[in-house]
Amino acid sequence: MLALLLILIPLVTGGLTFFLKNGNTAKIWSLLSAIATLGISIAATVEKAPSMRTFTADWLSDLGASFSISIDGMGAILVLLTGVSLVLVLVATYNNTYKNPSAYYGLLLFSQAGLMGVFLATDGLLFYFFWELALIPVYFLSSGWGGERRIAVTFKFFIYTFVGSLLMLIGLLYLHTLNPEGSFSLASFYRMKLSAGQQDVLFWLFFVAFAIKMPIFPLHTWQPDTYEQSPTSVTMILSGVMVKMGLLGVIRWVLPIFPEAVHHYENIVIGLSVVGMVYASLIAMRQDDLKRMVAYSSIAHIGLMCAAVFTVNGIGLQGVMVQLFNHGINIIGLWIVVDAIEQKLGTRKMSELGGLAIKAPGLAIMLVIMSLANVALPLTNAFIGEFLMFDGLYHFNVWYMAFAGLSIILGAVYTLRMVQKVIYGKENSLTRTITDLSLNQKLILAGITILIIVFGVYPEPLFKMTQDTVHSIIAQYI
Amino acid sequence: MNVLILSTIWGIVMMFSGVVLKKNGLATYIAIAGMLVLLLGNIGDVSNVVITHSSFNNMLSFTPFNQLFISIILVATLFYFLLSGRDIEAVGKNGSDYYALIFFVLTGVCLSAAYNNMLMLFLGIEVMSIPLYILTGADKKNLKSNEASLKYFLMGSFSTGIMLLGITFIYGDTGSFGLVPPPLPFGMLMSHLTVLSSVGIILLMVALGFKVSAAPFHFWTPDVYDGAPTVFTSFMATIVKVGAFVAFYRFFAQGYSSMEASWGTAMAVVIALTLLIGNLTAVFQQSAKRMMSYSSIAQAGFILIAIYTHNELGQNGFLIYTASYCLATIGVFALLSKMSDHSFEGFNGLAKKEPLVALTTTICLLSLAGIPLTGGFLGKYFMLASLVKMGGLLQFYLTIFAVLCAAVSVYYYFRLIQAMYFKEGEPVMAPISKGLKIGLVGLVVLIILLGTVPYDLLLNWQLFF
Repeated sequence: MLALLLILIPLVTGGLTFFLKNGNTAKIWSLLSAIATLGISIAATVEKAPSMRTFTADWLSDLGASFSISIDGMGAILVLLTGVSLVLVLVATYNNTYKNPSAYYGLLLFSQAGLMGVFLATDGLLFYFFWELALIPVYFLSSGWGGERRIAVTFKFFIYTFVGSLLMLIGLLYLHTLNPEGSFSLASFYRMKLSAGQQDVLFWLFFVAFAIKMPIFPLHTWQPDTYEQSPTSVTMILSGVMVKMGLLGVIRWVLPIFPEAVHHYENIVIGLSVVGMVYASLIAMRQDDLKRMVAYSSIAHIGLMCAAVFTVNGIGLQGVMVQLFNHGINIIGLWIVVDAIEQKLGTRKMSELGGLAIKAPGLAIMLVIMSLANVALPLTNAFIGEFLMFDGLYHFNVWYMAFAGLSIILGAVYTLRMVQKVIYGKENSLTRTITDLSLNQKLILAGITILIIVFGVYPEPLFKMTQDTVHSIIAQYI
Repeated sequence: MNVLILSTIWGIVMMFSGVVLKKNGLATYIAIAGMLVLLLGNIGDVSNVVITHSSFNNMLSFTPFNQLFISIILVATLFYFLLSGRDIEAVGKNGSDYYALIFFVLTGVCLSAAYNNMLMLFLGIEVMSIPLYILTGADKKNLKSNEASLKYFLMGSFSTGIMLLGITFIYGDTGSFGLVPPPLPFGMLMSHLTVLSSVGIILLMVALGFKVSAAPFHFWTPDVYDGAPTVFTSFMATIVKVGAFVAFYRFFAQGYSSMEASWGTAMAVVIALTLLIGNLTAVFQQSAKRMMSYSSIAQAGFILIAIYTHNELGQNGFLIYTASYCLATIGVFALLSKMSDHSFEGFNGLAKKEPLVALTTTICLLSLAGIPLTGGFLGKYFMLASLVKMGGLLQFYLTIFAVLCAAVSVYYYFRLIQAMYFKEGEPVMAPISKGLKIGLVGLVVLIILLGTVPYDLLLNWQLFF
């Protein structure tokens, strides 16, 4: 029942938002809805009764599909992330004004509903439905409210992901045809015994869709442009939450169903991920635009997570699970600071910034904290996850780990260089005009800081929450 | 059977109503009333309340599939009348004559849906085509309309000739006009046709491929669709096209389905060509009307898949695909016929001026592109599923190819959405009445219901009567 509410609340409130005439009302209304969803998602992570965590209804049963959703450990942590993110995004951008606000907030809530559906669906066809539907509102948000190159860039993004999802549709249909139970349910897929040849074909049909979404090198070319051109609140959703769709897809829909194919292609995938990590880090070093730099650093982080998933060992997977949440929180924190700078000064170019620490100490402190969390300094939350993932990679193959480790150093280089260029150095005529963060941004960033340090010191609750998923996946491989 | 007879009668009624009525506006109401009568007749067919039980010496057969298809045609035509009635009358002075011709076309569609004999097939296709030649040239003062009409007539009669030749070959070989190849003596099994019959059915494939504008027989389509008055383009691209499709489907997927070895590969080539040419050419169009005509070629490629696979999934897919394709295309054309500038730039800023119409058009376009929750997605789903179910390597490659083409189609459908929503401009268009908006909302609701509850709404609806 809780699971159903998680989808219904944003869907219904989002639909109503379109009819609100007043922009401010729409803003408050969507914030209230986001808080309600966050409350439900916290309740859903705490609640253990299966009747509350699952929901099944009859739908398209002639095709072998059903409307069944359920929360497992990984689902819970992603649902929590989705719930938290929207509140963070809405509060942090509370003072921004958008044209046509009711449509803007309505679409934002729709995208949340779509994401919740992707994270909860335990039926193949339903998963596919939500997978596509999560894309549509984001497409309209980015194209309608983004930067000047927005139309071409988001179109590229849309076509990229659409090709991927259509391949996944073929994969689903093929899997469904092979399924002796004639159903789309995840549990029946887990019970299937597929031959190695079938697994190889199906693996690529599914994996390409997920690799585009994450994105994995060389399918990443849509990502920096889209992050740069989207309005920042959408970029936060995209980079904090939407990329997790790809990871969830791999962990839930690929690893347990095609174990032999995973074993067969693990070197290709991990190799691509690791190459992508170093490649993205090198490019990030050359960026002058703050958004593009963060975008490339995100490719590097996701690459590590994808590599750790394909090592299929308990340590690495556990690291991925906590990082699913922590990466989302951290990158949203970083975007909030970047957005604050852009809103105040109208530029994101590092070469035009400098000396922000003098006039805006609060902003400078927050930028430093978020940057350090982004490079996974010990005692920040990202450290735990990255450490475990590198450990997993180490057990898989030392050389991958050594090569991937380069990206830690490079990450520190570009992040600290950014900090240096933005907040230290001489003031110029532009940065002299800056004011410090507003109260709502301070509050939100302080909240994120607390989360960063609490989960950096005491990650136990996150581990406990996701243990069951890790165990069940490892069990498929023994 | 009811629909066949009633549509003929109503066509004659419409013809004479033009003599009696001097006021133009009434014709639309009579036509809509006629559609409701036809729908009642269709329900009568389903629940076995019929005017006559004769099946004309078994030359016609009314199976659940045929009746379901006729229901789709009738509902689509009803929506077409509701949305475009005013525009039909605005084409020329003889509003009721156009309606009469449309009812005759419906007679032809019924014949080509229910034929059991190749002579009836010929009759159906001809009854369907001849009124259409007239409708294409309905805008008498417009040179483009005249050109389109003549072009369509010449090409159409040529393809009819090819069809007759094909039928003759088959008759000469088997000595029967039957839809199903005659049984061999002593219960022998036949997997391949003789040369004469093979040539015959390939000729039929060419002729029917021409009617449904499958590549490489599609060259008439863009010119004719572009030249004809926009309301009639809408009719041609939807109801008439799927009418020809059902003839195609019945002949290959029901009549000669056991002879797949003789026509399967040729059909696969036609599908791949149609998908490729339709989608790639649509990408380069600058006018939304021409884009829609190439899109109709591309969609034809998908519908052909049902004929190629001829299994149960394909049959369901055929029904859902044709239904959602007709509804969505009628929805888009309802807007097109209101626009004075058909280029993509002409649509800039439409979402600001007419937010509701922009929304309904967007949903229609999403359905054509095959986004979930719309009927168009489910149609594509069934088509791909039937291909995957066939197994085989050729089918697998065809599936991948079809999917990539579907991704290309997103490009041109979304150009219209982008123009409406994300670009600034002042579109020049005729005013849109409240009735039209209500009709469009109803249409869109139907498309979404088709994509969410297809079995209750369409495939099993006969169980309610």
